[in-house]
Amino acid sequence: MQLLNIAGKEFKSRLFLGTGKFGSAKQMEQAVLASGSELVTVALKRVDLETDTDQLLSHLQHPHINLLPNTSGARNAKEAIFAAQLAREALETNWLKLEIHPDPKYLMPDPIETLKATEELAKLGFIILPYIHADPVLCKRLEDAGTSAVMPLGSPIGTNKGLKTIDFLEIIIEQSNVPVIVDAGIGSPSDAAKAMELGADAVLVNTAIAVAGNPSSMATAFKMAVEAGRMAYESTLAKQLKHAMASSPLTSFLNE
Amino acid sequence: MNSFKNIFDTYNWEEIKSSIYSKTSKDVEHALSSEKRTLEDFKALISPAAVPYIEQMAQMSSALTQKRFGKTIQMYAPMYLSNECNNICTYCGFSFDNKIKRKTLTDAEILKEVEVIKNNGFNHILLVTGEANQTVHVDYFKKAIELIKSQFANISIEVQPLETEEYKTLHDAGVYSVLVYQETYHQEVYKTYHPKGKKSNFYYRMETPDRIGITGVHKIGLGILLGLEDWRTDSFFNTLHLDYLQKKYWQTKFSVSFPRMRPAEGIIDPNVIVSDKDLVQLICAYRLFNEDVELSISTRESEKFRNNIIPLGVTSMSAGSKTNPGGYSVEPDSLEQFEISDDRSAQEISKLISESGYEPVWKDWDKTLA
Repeated sequence: MQLLNIAGKEFKSRLFLGTGKFGSAKQMEQAVLASGSELVTVALKRVDLETDTDQLLSHLQHPHINLLPNTSGARNAKEAIFAAQLAREALETNWLKLEIHPDPKYLMPDPIETLKATEELAKLGFIILPYIHADPVLCKRLEDAGTSAVMPLGSPIGTNKGLKTIDFLEIIIEQSNVPVIVDAGIGSPSDAAKAMELGADAVLVNTAIAVAGNPSSMATAFKMAVEAGRMAYESTLAKQLKHAMASSPLTSFLNE
Repeated sequence: MNSFKNIFDTYNWEEIKSSIYSKTSKDVEHALSSEKRTLEDFKALISPAAVPYIEQMAQMSSALTQKRFGKTIQMYAPMYLSNECNNICTYCGFSFDNKIKRKTLTDAEILKEVEVIKNNGFNHILLVTGEANQTVHVDYFKKAIELIKSQFANISIEVQPLETEEYKTLHDAGVYSVLVYQETYHQEVYKTYHPKGKKSNFYYRMETPDRIGITGVHKIGLGILLGLEDWRTDSFFNTLHLDYLQKKYWQTKFSVSFPRMRPAEGIIDPNVIVSDKDLVQLICAYRLFNEDVELSISTRESEKFRNNIIPLGVTSMSAGSKTNPGGYSVEPDSLEQFEISDDRSAQEISKLISESGYEPVWKDWDKTLA
């Protein structure tokens, strides 16, 4: 399988994990390891930077695991930029999952503030992966602003509803010059496989693994699904046929 | 002011009460099978007709809560800054007519209390007072917040209702959330529970969340005092209020607390008894109606209740709490607001949460986000 390349960095695994919502930090660590993921997102607001024994971070100390700090809690570009700078300094990475959702009910990403923040943060040298609606035009605007990837949602975050935005994801994937990571709403391994078959470059999963009866075996299931989906994509899927082949061809006269 | 009053005034307590009590098992089943639940569904879920469905409600509530909040419980500690109060509230230990020595913490005392709270592991703190506007006012709060700000990721206040400008000042100073409980939405009896003081103004209190909402404070906490009036009817009004606020202040988070009346110095007995079963029904009904509201349980509740409530729908818990100013170290015997019921330490509660398969979360905010 091809390696995934984001901003010059290569990843073997195309499955990214969220670290919230787990019943314990230990459980989170086991799931992350089982998933094979090399990029995990950590909410800055959950990390206690004043201690060097932070619960979350101390369970993510593995050489193959890269941290992707996120700005969850930020309601506008200004707050997100401030949080990003703090995260860069404290976690020593310029990678950032930009999340701006002013609506605490459905956690819908704010496209206007996200674009604004991307413009600013790109100038400040961040590798930005913004969480957004499955909006093809916004994706192109973010590319122009200097984003390193786009992370459109499959359905509202935390709902496990799967790829409700599939028609728009297909347009985004078709048009994108940066990696497309389907971020929210992936509820089961089959959703993840489907996203990969469509040509998504990676998927990010949290709730479906964290809240599963057995998080680490669910993480393994997602790992396999993502690999299967990617392999299918790279092998070129046979097209679905809407109707049977006509038994009386219309163009056979050309061979006569 | 365009406020909740406009909506509230179109409702009648007795009509709502009779509508809740006439809900049938058919209504409950409809509510349980709906994907988007309405206020009518909420009525059915808190009605006596839903009692046989509590186990099913609990299962659904548990799953919905995990989906939204994960397997986590947020930890917070209250810090009482003052028990001075000019209100007479017949159910409260701080009531003005309760002739007991009053105390308001000084800066040095606040820092001493903070040291103990920090040592207990807390990073989220709730500042609580009575209502004594001459001494414990917005400037006092601002000073207290500035004094402790560097030590906490998240600061909430539960103080007397203030003006919008004052909330703005405190929000700018670093307050994340403001809690203000209506106590009861039964307008006629509200006056008998609050015969004297600024608190006796029913509408001023009820419009407080509107005054908070327009300042952009991150979270508003609502609640009723369980034990005053019919809890089902009161909870309907609290939910009506929540529903209104959530639509209007769409960038604000909301929490609901479930204080049950506890013994305290010189107070009346509860008018109605809210049983453990009632409270479980209520908590689950809130979750089924509102998937994203934060639900909080304090040390007013018994060990047994707290041991078992963790997976049912709550999202935050206090622990090792003192309900008197100076209670953690400065003056352990000062007048308390109510007797706590679960006196286990923060570490014990943290262990309990872990053993229930949940992660105790000590930090879920960062002051840089304010």
